[in-house]
Amino acid sequence: MAFFIETLLGGLMSGMLYSLVALGFVLIYKASGVFNFAQGAMVLFAALSMARFSEWIPEWLGMDNLFMANLLAIVVSALVMLAVAWLIEYLVLRHLVNQEGATLLMATLGIGYFLDGVGQTIFGSDIYKIDVGMPKEPVMMLESVFEGGILINKEDFVAAFIAAMLVLALTIFFQKTATGRALRAVADDHQAAQSIGIPLGRIWVIVWCVAGLTALVAGIIWGSKLGAQFSLSTVALRALPVVILGGLTSVPGAILGGLIIGVGEKLSEVYLGPYVGGGIEIWFAYMLALVFLLFRPQGLFGEKIIDRV
Amino acid sequence: MFYRENGQFKTTYQSDQQIFAIPQDRWAILAIIAFAFIGIPLLVDEYLFRAILIPFLILSLAALGVNILVGYCGQITLGAGASMAVGAYAAYNFLIRVDGMPALAAILLGGIVAAAAGIVFGAPSLRVRGLYLAVATLAAQFFWDWAFLRIKWFTNNASSGSVSVADINLLGWTISSPTDKYLFCLGILVVFSLAAKNLVRGAIGRQWMAIRDMDVAATVIGIRPMYAKLSAFAVSSFYLGVAGALWGFVHLGSWEPAAFSIDRSFQLLFMVIIGGMGAIAGSFFGAAFIVVLPIFLNQMLALVGGWFGVEVSIALVSHIEIMVFGALIVFFLIVEPHGIARLWSTGREKLRLWPFPH
Repeated sequence: MAFFIETLLGGLMSGMLYSLVALGFVLIYKASGVFNFAQGAMVLFAALSMARFSEWIPEWLGMDNLFMANLLAIVVSALVMLAVAWLIEYLVLRHLVNQEGATLLMATLGIGYFLDGVGQTIFGSDIYKIDVGMPKEPVMMLESVFEGGILINKEDFVAAFIAAMLVLALTIFFQKTATGRALRAVADDHQAAQSIGIPLGRIWVIVWCVAGLTALVAGIIWGSKLGAQFSLSTVALRALPVVILGGLTSVPGAILGGLIIGVGEKLSEVYLGPYVGGGIEIWFAYMLALVFLLFRPQGLFGEKIIDRV
Repeated sequence: MFYRENGQFKTTYQSDQQIFAIPQDRWAILAIIAFAFIGIPLLVDEYLFRAILIPFLILSLAALGVNILVGYCGQITLGAGASMAVGAYAAYNFLIRVDGMPALAAILLGGIVAAAAGIVFGAPSLRVRGLYLAVATLAAQFFWDWAFLRIKWFTNNASSGSVSVADINLLGWTISSPTDKYLFCLGILVVFSLAAKNLVRGAIGRQWMAIRDMDVAATVIGIRPMYAKLSAFAVSSFYLGVAGALWGFVHLGSWEPAAFSIDRSFQLLFMVIIGGMGAIAGSFFGAAFIVVLPIFLNQMLALVGGWFGVEVSIALVSHIEIMVFGALIVFFLIVEPHGIARLWSTGREKLRLWPFPH
């Protein structure tokens, strides 16, 4: 029983991490109808810039205060991500308004390649450490309830907490601020939003910036877990089933989808994996999402698709 | 100037329904095919065959398959590489497990197995659409990647799924030199592309296009979506499967599952979108573009580095390569979202009227 709960909790926490990446997809799709395959590259880019700036800044300024170095690195990386987001919108998407979904998808794939290349050209292509002082050592919990207690990774716990905070902040931003209202209006209906004077271009820039910052948070957390390296850009592929499971247009969907996929992956790997040779978690997530889709083609919380001739 | 149709009258239904109704087109196509069969083997050296021409032919075949599904039937797929893998490994299994199996038959059977797998993994298209479907097809990609790595039976107990085959023997003709391989692939490609051209202008092709343009409306006028969609998945996977088997048997000789990874799927989709969705010729343009571009970039970078006296490291070259590749793709999509085939047909329309456009 304790082992089961341990696996379950591990799944929930890695699920939160998937939702972090999934959120980036959802934000952009909701506001501009672009399915952003470059999200993974953005996460990688953010993680690389964070890792390298936290190394370079103390060198340049000649200080060795880890906290200040990290803080400055986060600020600089955030600025970098804002610039990237703005450039993507300004140079690419502005010129592709009203194109087909497949064309936009390919364009974001192209952006992804470009970012992968630029990131590794500027920042190098080794594995870099991100050390933001996340606690590494695992702790035992609930020793009084179960024999031997439950082993929990503190790092995962902190990461899940940060993810939850980010979601909370985004929700407040979307629901309570004027800009958030404008974003929701654009998401509902581009033309109607434009007709009441909401500037579409600026809204898209804001959305990409928010997605860029989300990528930074995801990059820092994933990067401090796995190291900032090229394989981070494949994290996006693992977050895709989360997005379609939750529905492309729903923020709560991304969270709940992440939790379901996280738990499903871990449980299947532990209980099913040994029978078929292991390593099944990556396609199992897709199969799980597919089964859900067969019953609800628009995902758990997606908008109902209505077809008219 | 080059393209006058004046005085060409169609007097029979037969002449109206030819594949290439204009004689200039017909002769041009025949000339290209003749040049490809006779001229190129005389002119080209081995490096070009191995690095450019053979990959171009095989990937054109694969792009044709993707184009049938994405361009004609409107179902976006990101699992094309998986179909190629199924074709390659199925053909491999037929070859080694059945005594005296001719290689060509094994390749075609591999295509048929890929078609069956395509139908199974295409089934969600009946419920799920658009981008949701695109992501759902990734399930096939990851599943087969995993299966060929972990299930030993598929790869005849080879470690990490790497298998190899000997040179193909076709009715006493041993295909071993690059020229032989080129001619073999070219022959298959010509047959398959003529078949594709005919398929898409026949009843089934029209059904696919109706489904692509609007599936509810297509259902209303009596097209069965299940039959149309699944047949598109089957035909497309068959083409991909044959291409995959050729890629393994002829181009690589020995391969492992990474040869058909998700990057291959993206690459094939790039070819179709850059070449032109819903145009047979687009598959060739796209394949040529994607095959030649990295090689060209590689040479260019070394050259430019040489001018400035900078020693460009291999890692840096590969990073700059994917950077420029990504940027060019985005650039192409912005300039001509309908692909090179559209540029080609616009140019042809202009030529028909030139030099008197009014």
